Amino acid sequence: MEKEIIVNDLVVRFANVNGTGSASANEMFAKSIFRMGIPVTPKNIFPSNIQGLPTWYEVRISEKGHLGRRAGIDILVGVNPQSLKRDIESVSPGGYFVYDSSKKLHEEFIRADINYIGIPMIKLAMKHYPIPRLQQLLKNMIYVGAVATLIDLELDVLKGVIAEQFSAKPKIIPSNYQALELGINYVKENFKYPLNVRIKRCDNNGDSILIDGNTACGLGAIYAGATVMAWYPITPSTSVAKAFESYCKKLRIDEDGKKKYAFVQAEDELAAIGMVIGATWNGARAFTATSGPGVSLMNEFIGLSYFAEIPVVLINVQRGGPSTGMPTRTQQADLISSAYASHGDTKHVLLFPSSPAECFEFTINAFDLADRLQTLVMLISDLDLGMNNHMSPPLAWDDDKKYDLGKVFSAEDLEEMKEDFGRYLDVDGDAIPYRTIPGTHPTKGSFFTRGTSHDEYAKYSELGEVYLRNVDRLSQKWETAKTLVPEPEFYQKDNRSNIGLLFFGTTTYAAVEAMELFEEEGLMIDSIRVRAFPFHEQIGKFIEQHEQIIVVEQNRDAQFRTLLINELELNPSRLISVVNYDGMPITAQAIQSGIKEKLSLGIS
Amino acid sequence: MSYIKPTFHHPSLKPNKVGYLKKDYRGVISTLCAGCGHDSISGAIVQACYEISLEPHKLAKLSGIGCSSKTPTYFLSNSHGFNSVHGRMPSITTGANMANKDLIYLGISGDGDTASIGMGQFVHAIRRNLNMVYIVMNNGCYGLTKGQDSATADFGSVSKEGNANPYQAIDLAGLALELNATFVGRSFSGDKNQLVPMIKAAISHPGFAFLDVISPCVTFNNTKGSTKSYSHVRDHIEVTSSLDYVPFEEEITIDYPEGESAKVELFDGSKIHLSKLAPDWNPTDRFTAVNRLHDAKSKGQILTGLLYINPESKDLHSLMGTSDKPLNQIKQKDLCPGSTKLEEINNEFR
Repeated sequence: MEKEIIVNDLVVRFANVNGTGSASANEMFAKSIFRMGIPVTPKNIFPSNIQGLPTWYEVRISEKGHLGRRAGIDILVGVNPQSLKRDIESVSPGGYFVYDSSKKLHEEFIRADINYIGIPMIKLAMKHYPIPRLQQLLKNMIYVGAVATLIDLELDVLKGVIAEQFSAKPKIIPSNYQALELGINYVKENFKYPLNVRIKRCDNNGDSILIDGNTACGLGAIYAGATVMAWYPITPSTSVAKAFESYCKKLRIDEDGKKKYAFVQAEDELAAIGMVIGATWNGARAFTATSGPGVSLMNEFIGLSYFAEIPVVLINVQRGGPSTGMPTRTQQADLISSAYASHGDTKHVLLFPSSPAECFEFTINAFDLADRLQTLVMLISDLDLGMNNHMSPPLAWDDDKKYDLGKVFSAEDLEEMKEDFGRYLDVDGDAIPYRTIPGTHPTKGSFFTRGTSHDEYAKYSELGEVYLRNVDRLSQKWETAKTLVPEPEFYQKDNRSNIGLLFFGTTTYAAVEAMELFEEEGLMIDSIRVRAFPFHEQIGKFIEQHEQIIVVEQNRDAQFRTLLINELELNPSRLISVVNYDGMPITAQAIQSGIKEKLSLGIS
Repeated sequence: MSYIKPTFHHPSLKPNKVGYLKKDYRGVISTLCAGCGHDSISGAIVQACYEISLEPHKLAKLSGIGCSSKTPTYFLSNSHGFNSVHGRMPSITTGANMANKDLIYLGISGDGDTASIGMGQFVHAIRRNLNMVYIVMNNGCYGLTKGQDSATADFGSVSKEGNANPYQAIDLAGLALELNATFVGRSFSGDKNQLVPMIKAAISHPGFAFLDVISPCVTFNNTKGSTKSYSHVRDHIEVTSSLDYVPFEEEITIDYPEGESAKVELFDGSKIHLSKLAPDWNPTDRFTAVNRLHDAKSKGQILTGLLYINPESKDLHSLMGTSDKPLNQIKQKDLCPGSTKLEEINNEFR
């Protein structure tokens, strides 16, 4: 019987050994599909290791533009003997297992309900290339060529991507092309192609780009005018620093060839945020990037930033916790520890981007908000958003936009002032005082910054009433923050259901798809995507308007739900929680089944 | 005890070259214990800044936590100050320095703040040759928490509680030398004649200038068996050289006898004159300094003076190649690459 032909709706997974150059071959595969106008979502599933452990690269291809992960693997390219058994088990019934047939596959690996496509990858590589490292690298191109042929990927597009990838080393392009052809020809000579799961050019990508969130954050910091970056290496945030530095080398060199930026690899995360605080105190825009363990270490300084009112931008690319946890897996589990980081009464502004375009936009927002509010602003990203490529609207910058550097007195302002300068004096009712930058004026505007209790003139005081005036003003400033942070996004014009779905960050992709799945089943659900903490008043209204709210998030303890209950003083029974916390990005199917289970809707 | 500091000054005290009187360099009244060594160091800082005609707003004073770290309120009220968190003054100073290379950065720390909780940041600031003056007001104990031994307390030193310290001391000057700090000095809060020119020279030095200043704690560590008491330090002090600091373009008015003094020219054209008290003393020779320090220690002496200076010092900005214009003064138009460039970048990802 002929199999049903499925076009532009498949998942291809590559199972590799890390450190063998497979990542770049797999990325070229994904990019080629993207260039054919078909939406793709690649996910790199990698170990905390440099060489020798299993690593997977999963590409979801979805003409409908579903960018979340999807369960079920249609084609698995298994070139890692260590994970062979599990890889074969993971193929969907009716799916394909592409493997290196240089060695015969043992009988225990044979499943009756899947198809086997053996390509003698290493044999072909050894026959054509004398150097072992080359055999290894080009073996990757052999399987890329084979799979490309099997799914009908346009060869010219693939070759174009390869040529661009190696544009700096054009000498190696012909050998890559040749390896590609070896795979292509082997498939053509030995198998029926294309498979029933295949791709076909379409035009669904518009002006989208394929970029990772960390690169977008690094670029955002450059566009926001950050001049000081201090950081300490930690997965999965390191590539924010790397992106910032590499683009600075291109975009931030002055006419004398000198750097219009300082890039400091600190001795630890404590020093990293200390440097940021020192730099912003001294009038530069500065930021750091880290992950959960780094934020834990930064806690003391985070409190200083809050209490002494010093702007800080912190990019928190979350990974699986607690402790060292799963450093190369994704989670949204630093919500409470970020929102209330540090001892004493503290609260911090959090921004939740859900796409690389928003990583860029919100990083810029974070600098404006930090300067405007004179406090710490944390951009809450995660490993999935930060390190994986995502199809995203292009990064956008309006040339008319002016940085909001907040309330800073200039030398002229100070000169004209008749009254004494009060660093923590609320002169205009928004609870945000004016600050001065060291060195501004010879005799006016100097003050003493401290983490100890202080009065309006920055003088030390342990008087109860002085302390209360100060911390109550900080509470009032929090109210001001609510009016300045990005508003939530709604997915319907008017409410049409008594059930509301609430989500944020990378959960968005799967949540939007889950909504569609429900719609196909005839159930309309209203949705809201939260984009910032403190919660905008519209969020409370949306919750009020629905009988049942489902909060979807990627941590065990439903931390976002806790934040909502705590900050909006909600009855907990109104908020149902659907969570996913195994370290893999959440799927629409998981959300759908989670909701059904929780609501016991029994939708057929 | 008076809480208001008198503002009168001696009529003979003239304004300095930038028009400031000495009182313009003072801070609020100290709340440290009467007789605390730290107050003498604050006085030396005021004296040094006044004498070199530094405009107070061109200096930023930063500190960590502890008695020592409270002192920045007691000098230079017209300078911005930052009393940060325990042991983290170096990172704050690093960031501040990155933002504006044109200010002078004066970091004040203590032996607890530096040799224990802040050790990591201290050594890394040295490693980067951050352009700052780093003063440790070293009293060998934790004053604010009532006298526990610190990591610089000498082996066998007896604190007020009467126990001999069983641990080896961390010698911060020795450590700084070991780590290739480009300026290392040690002094005593009670020796203003030595300390004031040393602070001036440290301010002129383009790089990490470290001053370990023994500063007795009158309340908790000035007892008979303490090696950081006034009397012990006075009895065991060994001075390497006496020191004069001559600012750039200033005429040398003192006669330095030929062969008995050494001159070190600093980066900004200022000079240090060292009258040799110790024979064979060359302040630009790190190995001699290390040896002499060990030698003095083994004899129970406290070696003071300018121990080492590297006249070729290149600070962090020079090492990184940052622009001549301070980063905090570069405007949006010179920082933001604009939308056309962004479209090119977008195209890299299509």
